[in-house]
Amino acid sequence: MAQAIAFYTLSALILGFAVLVITARSSVHSVLFLVVDFLFVAALYVLLGAQFVAIIQVIVYAGGIVVLYLFVVMLVNLKRPPEAHRDKRRLARLGAALAVVVLVEIVAIAFYGYVGPSPVEAAPGALATGNVEQVGMMLYTDYLVPFEVASMLLLVAMVGAIVLTRRNL
Amino acid sequence: MFDTDELVINMGPQHPATHGVLRVVLKLDGEKVVDADVVIGYLHRGIEKLSENRDWTQIVLLTDRMDYVAAATNNLGYCETVEKLMSLEVPRRARYIRTILAELQRLASHLVWLGSHAMDIGAVTVFLYGLRERELVLDLFEEYCGARLTYNAMRIGGLPLDIPSGWDKKVLAYCDIQDEKIAEYETLLTQNRIWLERTRKVGVIPGPEAVSIGLSGPPLRASGVRRDVRKDEPYAAYEEFDFDIPLGTNGDTYDRYLVRVEEFRQSTRIIRQAIEGLPEGPIVGKVPRLIKPPAGETYHANESPKGEIGYFIASDGRSTSPYRLRVRPPSFCNLQALRRLVKGHLVADVIALIGTIDIVLGEVDR
Amino acid sequence: MIDLLVIPLIKIVFVLTGVLITVMYLVLLERKVQAWVQSRLGPMRVGPHGVLQPVADVLKLFVKEDITPVRVDVWVYTAAPIIVLVPALIAFAVIPFGGEVHLFGKTISLRIADINVGLLYITAVASIGVYGIILAGWSSNSKYPLLAGLRSSAQLISYEVAVTLTLVSVILTAGTLSMVGIVEAQAASRVWFAFVQPLALVIYVIAGLAETNRSPFDLPEAEQELVGGFHTEYSGMRFALFFLAEYTNMIIVSAVATTLFFGGWLRPFPNVAWLWWLDYVPSWIWFTVKTFLVLYLFLWIRATLPRYRYDQLMRIGWKVLIPLALANIVVTGIVKVLL
Repeated sequence: MAQAIAFYTLSALILGFAVLVITARSSVHSVLFLVVDFLFVAALYVLLGAQFVAIIQVIVYAGGIVVLYLFVVMLVNLKRPPEAHRDKRRLARLGAALAVVVLVEIVAIAFYGYVGPSPVEAAPGALATGNVEQVGMMLYTDYLVPFEVASMLLLVAMVGAIVLTRRNL
Repeated sequence: MFDTDELVINMGPQHPATHGVLRVVLKLDGEKVVDADVVIGYLHRGIEKLSENRDWTQIVLLTDRMDYVAAATNNLGYCETVEKLMSLEVPRRARYIRTILAELQRLASHLVWLGSHAMDIGAVTVFLYGLRERELVLDLFEEYCGARLTYNAMRIGGLPLDIPSGWDKKVLAYCDIQDEKIAEYETLLTQNRIWLERTRKVGVIPGPEAVSIGLSGPPLRASGVRRDVRKDEPYAAYEEFDFDIPLGTNGDTYDRYLVRVEEFRQSTRIIRQAIEGLPEGPIVGKVPRLIKPPAGETYHANESPKGEIGYFIASDGRSTSPYRLRVRPPSFCNLQALRRLVKGHLVADVIALIGTIDIVLGEVDR
Repeated sequence: MIDLLVIPLIKIVFVLTGVLITVMYLVLLERKVQAWVQSRLGPMRVGPHGVLQPVADVLKLFVKEDITPVRVDVWVYTAAPIIVLVPALIAFAVIPFGGEVHLFGKTISLRIADINVGLLYITAVASIGVYGIILAGWSSNSKYPLLAGLRSSAQLISYEVAVTLTLVSVILTAGTLSMVGIVEAQAASRVWFAFVQPLALVIYVIAGLAETNRSPFDLPEAEQELVGGFHTEYSGMRFALFFLAEYTNMIIVSAVATTLFFGGWLRPFPNVAWLWWLDYVPSWIWFTVKTFLVLYLFLWIRATLPRYRYDQLMRIGWKVLIPLALANIVVTGIVKVLL
């Protein structure tokens, strides 16, 4: 019962702030609403019993990645090119098409993709050790290749950023 | 790939770290300084013009206010220039006492320099320690002539006052304290890794370039050029004393720091020799009642703590004021180097470089 | 019901009041310690030896005019100091101030919450605090605070990495992420982790100084910098909140250092028999004394050392501390496997 209340409240807040992200006038406000959104998602993870993932969500996503978004938004003057204002209907059609695609994907996931046990039954040992061990084991045994690929991706991104910003190489 | 603009930032004239009312307009490319435009004149009081309407003796008061951190040196320079013009003989005792006062001034000035330079770089404690010792010097001066900052301590032909009894013992006691304390300051700074990183290789001026810019004093000596007015053109009683001239090798901020720290020790050495050998005798030479130097012009230089301070006096032989008094202030000439020094450095170094040149705006602007 | 709601509430009230008063007096202590190092006395007028100075400061800040510059983004401008202060305060939720005490027939543990990812919680909360600084700089609508704020926060996130890596080596040694668990691991092994992980302690203290923008890493807020830092446009109570947050962060860093490296609330020398009487000193007193010793170290360092330039600061963080911390983790891991 309490879980259900918590879940619905959190979901409402997450969706509400997500709407604010896309409707905010200033890009900085947009990013700030995104941060608050991520914090609520972390709360959702705690509700699911995955405290470690929740904290990592806060440290990495809300506390690292979005900070970089904020840096970029603040430093780069984002001005919409004048052409964008001319054809509002083109943009609206593009937006509608994307929305339909995403809606179809969500419906497909909801009907065909949902497998697996319900969250309450997952990993009974999770709460005791804080599921750091579980995550660690899975990351290094079952999901080793994706892990290494992700780190390669990060390395490429770092090198790319350095190459782009150095003036004399 | 990306276009970047140059940023123009204005430092001063009111700024906690420019040692007075100095304005520096910096052109930055990111963090690096591309150009610096030094704007002075905020403290101009017209001392040179004023002196054309003052008696020769009254001008000593005006000279106090130029380098107000080392006022006795200014007084000395002026008096000696007039004495040179009038070919006056200053008695030996007066010359010894003048040397003692000048060296005490050097210590006081270097203490302020050390304190403010260290404070700009972040070591605030050294400032308080330096001022603590400077209080002792100011007490000595107060006992001698009654003032702590603007002394009016020299007269044309000698001194206004003889030293009070017991003053020489106090000076010796102060020299002992100072030698101890300079070792203390050195433990805080000289081998400190952060200090080294902030001052080594910052603001390097090679010797020949230092000469061509017109530097003098410790900045010149730190670049390896051996020039000290006390040795090259001795004045007061300097030829009778035994002292060394510290020289640097790289001409960076660290060398300028080391040179001035060593000058502390040499100054106490000179003062001790002077006190021990202090002769008896009059303190004023044969000076006519009305001072009227013959027509002519002359230039005379002293080694002030900041560099070579020179006085050019032109007298027309008839009036009771100089026809023209021109001061060659060391801070003004050394400040010219700032533009050359800051190029290529980061913004945070600009503060360190202003401190290392050791300027007093009173002297720069007069 | 009482255990779940009332006791934690009482603890929270205690901790928050205690922290805020400590922060006020920490400001006074800093002024006094700096003064004594510089052979002067510090605040002496308000109250005997200046003891009531913090009260005077707080009163002054309360009655100061609240100036909001004209073209700032008002919501963000107002929220920024709060965003800096709140994470600093809520980090106290997992800090163990002591062992267990018996009061009114109940066993009360001297901590607000013992969550099993306690150490990571503190890291997470610290990374949220960075937002306040960025937003303070940006919302001031002036290019100098913006740049200063970005530099300050870049410094913070760089050193966050170093701090987290040293925490990892301590986690490896203790085997648990919970703060209480780490202290209990030190109790079990009868040796403080300061002796087991000395390199981690050194890196943590240096990175902690940089995390809290303290000397010698305080260039972004030094007066000698060209701009006054990210809090240039703030005055009165809002500025006070930034100040409070900085000192609260200092206390957090010291408290975490105490818990991780100096045995938390444990008494020193547990192996020495003739010091049995030390057992009678309450655990929270040990914790407080140790935290204050670490804080005193921070104050001492500020009074003594010059400050690093920004590029030297970043170089130390990335090129010296992070590789050392990584090497420390590897060595710790190897030792753990071999033993």
